[in-house]
Amino acid sequence: MKRNSIGRELPDGYRPYGEEHPAAASQRIAMKPTPTAPIFLTSLSDVFSALELRDGMTFSFHHHLRDGDFVANLVMAEADRRGLRDLTIAPSSLFPCHKPLVPLIERGVITGIVTNYMNGPVADAVSAGKLQKPAIMDTHGGRARAIEAGDLSIDVAFLAVPTVDRRGNGTGRVGKSACGVLGYADPDLHYAKKVVFVTDEIVERVDHPDLDGNFVDYVVLIPSIGDRAGIVSGTTRITREPVGLKIARDAAALIDAAGLLKEGFSMQTGAGGTSLAVVADIRRIMVERGLHARFASGGITAQYVEMLEAGLVGSLRDVQDFDLDAVASLTRNPQHEAITAAQYGSPDFRPAPVVAGLDFVVLGATEIDLDFNVNVTTDSEGRIIGGSGGHADTAHGAKVSVVVTNLVKARLPIVMEKVTCVTTPGSDVDVLVTERGIAVNPKRADLLDRLRGSGLNVVPIRALMELAHTITGVPVRPRPSGRIVALVRYRDGSILDVVSSK
Amino acid sequence: MRTTLLFIPGNHPAMLQNADVFGADGLILDLEDAVAATEKDAARILVGEYLKSWKLETPELLVRVNGLPSGWLESDLEAIACDRLSAIVYPKAGVEELYEVDRILSEIEKKHRLSHPIGIIPIIESAQGVVETDDISYLPRLKGMLLGGEDLTADMEIGRTREGAELAYPRARLAFACKAAGIDAIDTPFADVHDTEGLLADARTARSLGFTGKAAIHPNQLLTIRTAFRPDPKDILWARRVMAAAQDAAKKHQGAFSLDGKMIDKPVVKRAEGILSRAGVQDGAIPHETK
Repeated sequence: MKRNSIGRELPDGYRPYGEEHPAAASQRIAMKPTPTAPIFLTSLSDVFSALELRDGMTFSFHHHLRDGDFVANLVMAEADRRGLRDLTIAPSSLFPCHKPLVPLIERGVITGIVTNYMNGPVADAVSAGKLQKPAIMDTHGGRARAIEAGDLSIDVAFLAVPTVDRRGNGTGRVGKSACGVLGYADPDLHYAKKVVFVTDEIVERVDHPDLDGNFVDYVVLIPSIGDRAGIVSGTTRITREPVGLKIARDAAALIDAAGLLKEGFSMQTGAGGTSLAVVADIRRIMVERGLHARFASGGITAQYVEMLEAGLVGSLRDVQDFDLDAVASLTRNPQHEAITAAQYGSPDFRPAPVVAGLDFVVLGATEIDLDFNVNVTTDSEGRIIGGSGGHADTAHGAKVSVVVTNLVKARLPIVMEKVTCVTTPGSDVDVLVTERGIAVNPKRADLLDRLRGSGLNVVPIRALMELAHTITGVPVRPRPSGRIVALVRYRDGSILDVVSSK
Repeated sequence: MRTTLLFIPGNHPAMLQNADVFGADGLILDLEDAVAATEKDAARILVGEYLKSWKLETPELLVRVNGLPSGWLESDLEAIACDRLSAIVYPKAGVEELYEVDRILSEIEKKHRLSHPIGIIPIIESAQGVVETDDISYLPRLKGMLLGGEDLTADMEIGRTREGAELAYPRARLAFACKAAGIDAIDTPFADVHDTEGLLADARTARSLGFTGKAAIHPNQLLTIRTAFRPDPKDILWARRVMAAAQDAAKKHQGAFSLDGKMIDKPVVKRAEGILSRAGVQDGAIPHETK
């Protein structure tokens, strides 16, 4: 066991976060275009017969259908029927809809998971130690890097594609299961050894494909790839909850006082109710002052589409769509640009990923500690309830990263000495906004200077923790001490932390 | 100054926990209408413990108690009596009842050895209460009067409208009585928590009639109420100029003087002082917009 630079104990055999390492591995050469046109089949069973599949392989999936995805479950059920075992799955995220994978984990069909986010029964099974190998929790940008660098080698990418044409070109913009941008599928398309498009709609021609048919080996037509209503999972409405609204108002005031709202700025926010309220407040300030943003990026919601169409935002750099309004906007707004996962957040993307051009990002937190390390991977008992997604990518890339959270949630203080699990290192987190005060990372002396005299309630982060303790008392935090069930991999491939079972 | 008083249900721990963060001038912890009969005991204990053990700084703390006819008043007062309690908010107030409440409070204060008397803010929410407004306003312990529009219109058997024309008379009556007695006039809550425009208009009406503040039933209403009661920046600028000119005139021993061609005398100077006081302007500075 050894410790990384943020003091987290890691097993041997992994590169600790913060350790000097040779320059990033050179990018792999992407798979060459397939020499022949893709083969069209009508069942997953036929695809499995056509592919030479073995135990121990890695299958990848994307999560653009979010909690409405059918494809991962169907593919893995077929793998189980064929008696395959010891498989690793590499979906960009897993949701409650993936519950059917749990028995496959229990029976050793699936023994490894590499993903950026998991929530629901699969996450519970992993937390309980049912997965044979530790899951690897990447970031959105880190997954693209890992695939391109060969850290994550994919044998077959099974990609849900809402519409495919006769040449194998694919798009998510149209079709009965349209889910919008397919940005997270791009590295899989170019680097997996075999690529299968799983679709429920085949057309003669897709005019502006998001996925190039030249890299596709098989296209399989099935009755349904998912329930597109499931892409609107999670909160996509502005909160009415008064504490959330207060935090949002204070966050917008902070962003303004920090001098970040000037003509041509760029931003990203999450899709949670408080983040959406921050955007609403920023929009109000923009309208009052006649300001325009150059771009907004990330997961796109109806709120950003409205701002684009009102001329308040120059372009949307969209890696995934969080609601059906965003999906519809893609086809009618040329300034609504689809980007790939690598373009969005990979540290190896040249000249620079989109996240590096952000003036500010607004992010959530399940826990945050006195070093500003943030946890969005586990709850306070160490049970996996999420993962980085783009959290660590944007926090690192943006000039100012702002975390918004209630100081106390469910009678637990959110600010603590040490977070249960580090998802985003404190060196990438600049400001915490809570309902009882704002804390600025001491390394951002420039921000502290700017905020002086702003009238905002800026206090040391320790004072916020003590305030929380005044309300809740000091909770006893038993740290899980069972076997390691997951590794949190930073975007550069180093290991930030581990998750252990109870 | 009690510009915003926020009602918080007394049986809701999560709301109590965050009640102090919204910037209300006072919190009315409710043991009456917001609490079902079966929840009264739990609410009484919770509010009592909050008053006695909450360690963080809070706005002024008031409790809406159950009235004498309910039979619960004395239990309520026993549970909440402490030095942190500023005043009780007394429902469906009438003169005779308030004399009795005053007597009970005196006993409670003595028994609990409180260091200061508990104030009363009666809710005027019956026709009888409106008629007795002038007499009530001079009772001991009064810190202000609160208009209760919903119960009042129910008592009058008249409809309650968004525009609130039906409240014109009781509002005027209450505002004058409070002004004469030197206590706060607090307007009735606006019931539709989603109608920000309606709330703004309603609060502006109250302000124009002489109310000093307004009760809120949801934290999201506070910003709008503060906006309505905050003097207009143009008025603040005018008041500052009046005060500067008044100082000049005083040096010249002038009782009245002219500004922009209009005569300025003592009542006008007093109005300018009031505007600056409500705006919180000190040393002639114009305050930042507060959020």
